[in-house]
Amino acid sequence: MKIRTTMLTAVLLASTSTYATAETLNWARAGDALTLDPHAQNEGPTSALSHQIMEPLVIRDMTGKIVPALATEWAPSEEDPNVWAFKLREGVTFHDGAEFDSEDVVFSFNRAMSPDSDFKELLASVTEVRANGKYGFEIVTNGPNPIMPSNLSDIFVIDKDWAEANNATKVQDFEGGEDTYAARNANGTGPYKLVSREPDSKTVLTMNENYWGKDEFPMEVTEIVYTPIQNAATRVAALLSGEVDFIQDVPVQDLQRVGSTDGLQVITAPQNRVIFFGMNQGDADLKGDDVEGKNPLADKRVREAMNMAINREAIKQVVMRGQSIPAGVAMPPFVNGWTEDLDSLPANDVAKAKALMADAGYADGFSIQLDCPNDRYINDEAICQAAVGMLAQIGVNVRLDAKPKAQHFPLINNLETDFYMLGWGVPTYDSEYIFNFLAHTKGEKYGSWNGTRFSNPELDQQIQRLASETNLDERNLMIANIWSVVQDEVLYLPIHHQVLNWGMAAKVDTVVDPDDEPKIKYFKIK
Amino acid sequence: MLAFVIRRVFQSFVVLLVVGLVAFSMFRFVGDPIENMLGQERTGADIERLRGQLGLDQPFPVQYFKFLTGAAQGNFGVSYRQGRPVADIIAERLPATLELASVSAILAIVFGLGLGVFTAIRRDGWAANTIMTLSLVGVSLPTFLIGILLIYLFAVELNMLPSFGRGEVVDLGWWRTGFLTESGLKALILPSITLGLYQMTLIMRLVRSEMLEVLRQDYIRFARARGLREKSVLFRHALKNTLVPVITVTGLQLGSIIAFAIITETVFQWPGVGLLFINAIQFVDIPVMAAYLMLISVMFVGINLIVDLLYFVIDPRLRGDSSKATA
Repeated sequence: MKIRTTMLTAVLLASTSTYATAETLNWARAGDALTLDPHAQNEGPTSALSHQIMEPLVIRDMTGKIVPALATEWAPSEEDPNVWAFKLREGVTFHDGAEFDSEDVVFSFNRAMSPDSDFKELLASVTEVRANGKYGFEIVTNGPNPIMPSNLSDIFVIDKDWAEANNATKVQDFEGGEDTYAARNANGTGPYKLVSREPDSKTVLTMNENYWGKDEFPMEVTEIVYTPIQNAATRVAALLSGEVDFIQDVPVQDLQRVGSTDGLQVITAPQNRVIFFGMNQGDADLKGDDVEGKNPLADKRVREAMNMAINREAIKQVVMRGQSIPAGVAMPPFVNGWTEDLDSLPANDVAKAKALMADAGYADGFSIQLDCPNDRYINDEAICQAAVGMLAQIGVNVRLDAKPKAQHFPLINNLETDFYMLGWGVPTYDSEYIFNFLAHTKGEKYGSWNGTRFSNPELDQQIQRLASETNLDERNLMIANIWSVVQDEVLYLPIHHQVLNWGMAAKVDTVVDPDDEPKIKYFKIK
Repeated sequence: MLAFVIRRVFQSFVVLLVVGLVAFSMFRFVGDPIENMLGQERTGADIERLRGQLGLDQPFPVQYFKFLTGAAQGNFGVSYRQGRPVADIIAERLPATLELASVSAILAIVFGLGLGVFTAIRRDGWAANTIMTLSLVGVSLPTFLIGILLIYLFAVELNMLPSFGRGEVVDLGWWRTGFLTESGLKALILPSITLGLYQMTLIMRLVRSEMLEVLRQDYIRFARARGLREKSVLFRHALKNTLVPVITVTGLQLGSIIAFAIITETVFQWPGVGLLFINAIQFVDIPVMAAYLMLISVMFVGINLIVDLLYFVIDPRLRGDSSKATA
């Protein structure tokens, strides 16, 4: 008996000594990743979890800068301007021990470009991907693409043999009714390995001891327990009680409480998402207004007046409790093309706005419907309510119709709304992405989210030219020109940049990722 | 008896068909699932292709018929949200809900009956009065509020119990149970109280008023006059005769414990079918919504059937009637 006790003590001591350096991060956010299949869902929480387990060729670090991941060097090919050449990292292994090489990259890119992939649009300009030796990889595009690498930071690489052995070469199949193996299992090269996963409940990851960047990054978290907690009050309670160490979405009304609790902290940074209103300025007449035979929104003076009537500071103070950055342009601050000047707020001048309305022949105002989501952006419906009151001051009588996102967004896509709220994030950190979707005339390939009916063929040409302009100075000039047109036309009514609030235990040391996708390998533990 | 069961089973089928039809026609107003399934970079062609792939471009009767034929073969389709067969997902999530619901139901019945009898016997005692007053809280406070209050008291302030989740579970192969671990049992306490409180107070108040009614009856007086022991009078004669209405209500309440687990599961992030359903609504995951509603209606219908059969066991008069009817 005595011997047994001694042995037990020894075992206990041994286990405590190994656990002395072990740090578990209990991480919670509102939504779970939808799948582990890295090419099935281009959606925030899904990519955030994938980033811990799998890696793309290049990655954005926690400040949004592009840094090497599975590729160590990349440049446009000297022989052919349509080719981007990547040098792959050598000596990397997947979690199951298989070796990583160019074959896996070619396979993963082809998988990401297949019809069922949710990432194929980011690779739309790609005509071919090919290996160039064991550690060389080339992307061929249909014209020079100067910003190719910024499209690749969410295109994850998986092992070809693993996918083939487990019948997971296709992304996902809604018709077959079969479970895709890759949706439930993962074999990446990333800093953390999957231990177990119960969807909507708990996912456990442990440190990958063979990670290539083990010495390059802090890697101070050795185990990650990821739990979605949908209910905001429960999520905050779990942080307050110490059951979780890190929550990604602290509701604005609880910021004070979390921040002032001993042992907890809130860190804040602008998010890669801007909130704005779109207006139907292209149609000759609006169905949803009370003006016969005319479209008041087609008159630039009316749009200017509305832009002036919105008091962005008041929305920030009252609706957002200080948690927003009022915006003068529909572009997040760190996107290429953003300037302080563009983002300066239009004067909130009701008298001048009224004069403009009178000028345009709407001294008595008009009435119109505003469509707004109520479960998509932070306080989305409340922002719209505030805007209703502000626009009433200049005689624009707004009827608010707020509904869930699944009903709201089809209105924009089917051109069934004349006045709507939309938020936009820019994964490529470049203005071209905004123009392609929001400013170009709506068509098959471009302008799919442009619900304004705005169409300017000359501007469209400039936007399309951006894709192949390889001289970056020239390209930036073109971007500035396009923005000046967009701003001059008052194409959108910008409201604000959303702000991210991460709540965490004081021991966690990190900065806020602007894409809201924490990469835990950068986290330090105090 | 047999004829009765067959008739009820047939009725149940009709109920299920109607539930399916109503549910299916409502889904069209929930929104467009395509919106959530494709990222913001999708093109019009992608939308059309996926719509075709999911069969959403077909007329409503065709979609409904396809669903019914699939469901009859046990195939509820593939979840739009998770990309996995719905039957698998529900089988995976059902144990969590059933464990929570059964613990809540046991709590509700045991305490409901016990306190109901107690407050009926000591109707003017201070303890009974306190219980009756407190029971008003249980009936009138909404579930989510009770849940949040419990979390703040027991998880945040006292740090005694977990605020969310199911704790450690043990996988028995076809059933993942939280009954076998300490953290699993601890995690059950707050959600099951939250879920069962309303039912408990309801049963308690019902038992109390039924008991008071029965205790005034002549046969109780005669039983007492005969000098039977008080315990025997109360439990063998009085309580048994209050049970028929109590069983009806309890049976219906059991169904709603499972159905209303939605709110409790959301508050406590309990990984059961209720949480699955809430997520399905937000995502417009039609196959999951349809399967969940069918499952809940099967349960309600099944529970009602069992309740009707229990009448036979408890009330001998019904047995007599039915044997005549079948003869």
